[in-house]
This record gives sequence, structure tokens and C-alpha cells, in this order.
Amino acid sequence: MSNTYFEILRPGTNSSIQDKGRNHLYHIGITLSGAMDQRIFSISNAMVNNNVTEGAIEFAYQGPLLKLKNGRANVVITGNVVFNILRKNSIIEEGKCFQNHLLEEEDQIDIIFTKDSVFGYLAVEGGFKIEKVWGSYSVNTKAKIGPNNGEKFSTGEKIYINKSEVNNFVKRKVEYKKSLVTTIRTTKGTNFDYFSQEAKNKFFNEEYQVTKLSDRMGMRLEGPKLENIVNTNIKSEGLVKGVIQVPADGNPIIMFSDHGSIGGYPKIAVVITADHDKASQLMPGSKIKFKEVNLDEAESLFKTYSENTKSYLEKIK
Amino acid sequence: MIKNILNLGDAAVYCDFGKEVNQSINSNVISYFTHLQELVKEKNIEGITNLTPSYNKLIISFDLSITSYEKIRKILETLKIKKNNQQDSKKIKIPVCCDEEFALDLISLSKKLKVSSNKILELYLNREYFCYMTGFIAGMPFLGDIDKNIRVERLQTPRVKVPKGSVGITEQFCNIYTFESPGGWNIIGNTPLKVFDKLNLSNPSLIKPGDHLSFYKISKQEYVNWNE
Repeated sequence: MSNTYFEILRPGTNSSIQDKGRNHLYHIGITLSGAMDQRIFSISNAMVNNNVTEGAIEFAYQGPLLKLKNGRANVVITGNVVFNILRKNSIIEEGKCFQNHLLEEEDQIDIIFTKDSVFGYLAVEGGFKIEKVWGSYSVNTKAKIGPNNGEKFSTGEKIYINKSEVNNFVKRKVEYKKSLVTTIRTTKGTNFDYFSQEAKNKFFNEEYQVTKLSDRMGMRLEGPKLENIVNTNIKSEGLVKGVIQVPADGNPIIMFSDHGSIGGYPKIAVVITADHDKASQLMPGSKIKFKEVNLDEAESLFKTYSENTKSYLEKIK
Repeated sequence: MIKNILNLGDAAVYCDFGKEVNQSINSNVISYFTHLQELVKEKNIEGITNLTPSYNKLIISFDLSITSYEKIRKILETLKIKKNNQQDSKKIKIPVCCDEEFALDLISLSKKLKVSSNKILELYLNREYFCYMTGFIAGMPFLGDIDKNIRVERLQTPRVKVPKGSVGITEQFCNIYTFESPGGWNIIGNTPLKVFDKLNLSNPSLIKPGDHLSFYKISKQEYVNWNE
């Protein structure tokens, strides 16, 4: 049994274990959870020879400072992340994203910040030694659901790794092209006609700004107020990731992975699945525009998104 | 029984069962939910990741790499739903302590409704409720319908923290806060019963949509001793 672990010297502000997410529990109020940027999460696992369903550490803004104990580890960081590797002999190496690194016992990995983006991932070969809860490693810190009792990481905690030795370390590198487009494509929501013609025009033609009130639950936007001409409340009903709700104040909110299972605000639009990753990486202050697509277009854009993800994963093998 | 089927984004089907909120419409929602849940469990339907029943809607989430809106819509059109058989639904009795320290809004409600506190509790306790849905936070049941004489709006300013176990009322509904959470319902008591137990992995939620519930009053002493 492996006794290798990362000691958390600094947890970072938003670090948690995530994976593909948790299904079949919305009806009792347990939401999806899972990595906010599914593509680079999958790539992180593939780069260290893991199945894409392994759990990885997700962090946002400031990441954790981790010290490796009792073994060696093959690790990778994906995202647009500034980090250093502090070797045991005091040499500091600048970390490179989308390249794997061999960590020796007592080496530290210092994840300083996510640059022009929000989320990054750290995966380790063999995966973390964690029990799944309801079929998933994902932690929902708001609802306190998942391994670690649903709690965030704290200083001094140990995260055990399934493998203690790295045999045949193979250097890998992925040329990852980050999307620079800030247009978020959506289909019409089920309450689209609750909004005035003027509101509809504004929603698709004017800019919205991402506010600081954004996290794994949702992203609050600010911009031209959207006038509701029917009712600012609906009978509470199910939500899904990507739904854009508009409460009475007229500012849209995009629902993300940790959203409540049901909600009572009108839905003006829904972000297409192909754009979920991209939308989640928008920093507070970013300006975005929404574009309307129909269902056929959304489905074909998803196909392209899946094929691109697949081609990244295949190149790694 | 489904009045209208729409797509909710590219990875969910939105089934609308009618405008009103009543037991008959909700029973239809639950019949579809139960039937589809069986099909998912027995792997007789592909790609469905979540089923979310609410008062008058059912949302079917799916994995877009496996299935599509059109495919599920076609299945729904040919689906033969058997009316939800009542054997699946349980009758649950919930102990609730309505002492002042738990019934945070009882006095203000009494003033607002011009009904005495005792009368409010009497009307609330002497009734069987139906569980329309669970959710928002894990395991929270949305129950109805409460007596017409004790229906009120939500609090003007929602509480930042409603204590765990609180039972609240608003409009035609009552609920139970399964966790400490923000919330705007009028709190008239607190139950010591574990309505949601995350350590019970196979069956964490005591109350399910379609269940029948009633509340009965317990003393502070019984409340304190409940989980011993």
C-alpha cells in the first residue's frame, strides 16, 4: 500500500478534488459538481497515464502549495497557470503547463496563480487515494457533499497518492490552444418570451461583464438590464448547467457545476455544452457577448468540441 | 399527459405538464419520473444522466455524446406510462417542536394573519401533506397544500442562515430545511428527525416526491432527547 502523499502547506482559496461529476441525484437536490473545465481536466489525467475518470485537484486564482512525501510522483498541471517547482536542494524551476514533471521526495509544487483564466488542474499518475461518494470524487464545498466530508482542503492535511514510484517516466507535452473568443453561444431559454423585444435585442447585441460574484455555483453578469414583461418569478423547476436565469433585478446569472438543483427565475437562454468550459474560464471583469444558435447548430458545435477533445487525448497516447 | 415538450439547452428535455400547481398534475410528473427512473436503472434507455421532477415540470438531462433531444422526445411520445401506484409512496410522520426558540416567525405570522399562534399550529398540524418535489438543497421537501387561512408570502428579507431542521411555510407550501441554509420561508418549528442523511449512501433522503406526510408536536424535552 502506498504511503506517498502531498502535504498541504497552503490550500489556496478554491482548491478541491473534481472529476466528471455526479449523476442521477438531481431529484433529491444533489447537483452535478465536477470539473468546471472538463476538457483540460481530461487532458491532465491523460498526460499522466490515468483514465479520464480519475479525480484531479481543481484550483482557481491562487492554487495550493504542496510538498511530496515518501515517494516520487509524475504530475502535470493544465490550464494557464503560473507555478514553480521547489526542488529539495533549493533549486527553483519554473513550471510549464501541459508538460508533465517528475517530483522527487520532499519537492514542492507552488501554484501561484491562474493567468487570464480562472481554473487549473493538477493530476498525478495513479490518481489520489480517495473514496468516491455517490459514484464521484467531486467535492461540493457549499453543500458539504463528497469525499473529505465535502470540505475544502486545509493546511497540514495529507492527500494520499495511489502510486509511490514512477517507473519509466516519459516526458510529455501538449500544444494546447486556448480559445480567445469571448462570444458565448446559447440556445433560447424556455422563458425567452418573458422578456421584452428590447431586452431580447440587448441580450444578443450588447456586452455583459463578468462580476466578482462568480464561483462554481454560478456567474453573475452585469450589463444592460433585461426587462421582464410577464413575471419575474416562475414556479420552481429543475435547472441544468449552462442555464441563464434572470432575477427581478434584470441581471443574468449563468448556472455552473454546483448550481442548486431547482430554481425559480425565468430562463432567458442556455449556454451550449460546447461553450461550458470556455465560459467557466472567464475572469471577473471580462466582457462577453451572447450569440443565438439553434439546436442543430448547438449539436454540431458539440460534435466539433468532442472531436477536438478526442484529438488532444489521442495525441497523448 | 405532457402538455408541451421543449429543449432546455442542447442536453436536456423540458416537459411541461400544465400551468397549475396541484396534486393531480404533480402525480403525472411523478408517474413519468418513476417510469423513466426504472428504465434508466434497468438500462433500457441510453444516456439519461438526471431526472428532475418539480411541481408541474420534469427535466430530463442527458449526455449529448450518447443521445439527443430528438431521440428522447421520440421515446417520450411512445412511452406508455402507468399511473403511479400508491404503494411506492410512503406515509411519514414528522415530529416538530414549535416552542418559541424554534418557531422563529410564529409571532409575526400571527400578527400578519390575524390568527392566534395556537390556531396557526392547529391548522398546520391537523393535515396531511403531499410531497411535490425535493431539492434546492439536498433532500429539502416541498410539501402542500397548507390551510388557506395560513398562507403568506416569503419574508421580505430572507434569512442568511435558517437553522437546520426548521420547518417553514410560504404560499400554499411547507418545507423542511435539511441543512443550515439561506432562506425566506416563515419558520414555525424545528424537527430533530434526520430528513437527509448523507452517510446513508443507498437511501439518503427520507422523503421522496409523492410521499404523504404529517407533522406532530413534541416537547422541548422530547426534541432534545430525540437523537440519543
